[in-house]
Amino acid sequence: MTVRTTHLTTPLKDADLKNLKIGDKVLLSGEIYAARDAAHKRLVKLFREGAALPFDPKGAVIYYTGPTPAREGQIIGSCGPTTSSRMDAYMDDILSAGVKATIGKGGRSAEVREIQRKYGAVYFSAVGGTGAILSENVTKVELVAWEDLGTEALRRLTVKDFPVIVANDLAGNDIFLEARTRWARKI
Amino acid sequence: MREIDVGKISDAVRNLAIEVNIHLSEGFVERLQKALAQEKSELGRELLQRVIDNARAAREKMLPACQDTGTAVVFAEIGQDVHLTGGNLIGAINDGVARGWRDGLLRASIVGDPITRMNTGDNTPAVVHTFIVPGEKLRISFMAKGSGCENMSRLKMLKPSDGEEGILKFIEETVVEAGGRPCPPVTLGVGIGGDFEQCALLAKKALFRDPIGAPHPLKHIAQLEEKILERVNATGIGPLGMGGTVTALAVHVETAPVHISSLPVAVNIDCHAHRHGSLSL
Repeated sequence: MTVRTTHLTTPLKDADLKNLKIGDKVLLSGEIYAARDAAHKRLVKLFREGAALPFDPKGAVIYYTGPTPAREGQIIGSCGPTTSSRMDAYMDDILSAGVKATIGKGGRSAEVREIQRKYGAVYFSAVGGTGAILSENVTKVELVAWEDLGTEALRRLTVKDFPVIVANDLAGNDIFLEARTRWARKI
Repeated sequence: MREIDVGKISDAVRNLAIEVNIHLSEGFVERLQKALAQEKSELGRELLQRVIDNARAAREKMLPACQDTGTAVVFAEIGQDVHLTGGNLIGAINDGVARGWRDGLLRASIVGDPITRMNTGDNTPAVVHTFIVPGEKLRISFMAKGSGCENMSRLKMLKPSDGEEGILKFIEETVVEAGGRPCPPVTLGVGIGGDFEQCALLAKKALFRDPIGAPHPLKHIAQLEEKILERVNATGIGPLGMGGTVTALAVHVETAPVHISSLPVAVNIDCHAHRHGSLSL
């Protein structure tokens, strides 16, 4: 299996996503939004109240991460992905607001895969537990909202060739389910 | 009777917290290298290489290997002939955690109340287990326990008739249900026996075993560890859940005597950033 590498720049457009297949590598550049459990709770509350979100969700990419504090002279600390399934409950709202991709680690529910298909969104996996090396692909960090949440605040990260793998594509395929079909052995 | 100032315990915790988060141990990185040689999936090998590269990057940049710098878990084995001076033990441990997290630029990941969920800001309090042992030494074992894998851990009260096959099946189910979420390849700490809470504690204790993969001293338990490892590595989950032949690096089982009606089994999962260390005072 040849691994294809695609370069994408945010905000994402429908055309950017239509040829992506699970297992493809993507190098993302542009702005992405760091948000995890607590920020999602607040984002979805705002969205349901019909209030403006603190960033433009159209074509946006959300990265599930809570970085460590930056060392002096560094842009960001360790910043790998957290487990995505904890954000499954927020996906219908997040994607209906216009977000086109999320980045995290681990599989998502069948329901989320269906929601992603409905809204034409994909799910990327970054390599869990590699936050030190991933910090090399972050060129700028800005606080967008909710400083009181500490590591869970909403932040805008500017990234250059941030490496991810397509984990759910537009056809509803799932790299984690396929993995077991391909590699499970009877003993 | 020997006096130990709790300030020394606080310093030990501070130093271990920084050390284990930034420097994955040489022995553990060697185990990852072995996994790289064993893995049959091309993507799986690439992911493992990335994990190994990350361990090096963490050292070079003085950054935590993973942004989830964990819950601070401390096992304190205290000789019964030790007299602690200069303050209280739990306070000293938490002081060490707070200083370690501040000085090491680790991530504050603890909320003070599970319902209202306000971050305590310094990763305290630690989860502390104390054990009174013979002698006049004090041993501190520290683990930075990531939550992605902790969340996938499970305990089940099996029936004695479920036997070894029941144990294997429950552990396999736990690993399959977890999939890529606990950042495989994982290390499994398994507790078998005791009562409900002792079983869970045995599973955590098993994760502290050093070096990783060292077999249990009892032959039948060591054989069970091998069987579990084989079963888990046949699930196909592979590195980061994206498929392959290495899902677990090691299985450590700890056992305890148990009631005639019971067979509790606990599986405590640790991620590929397996971070712990210990120090004797």
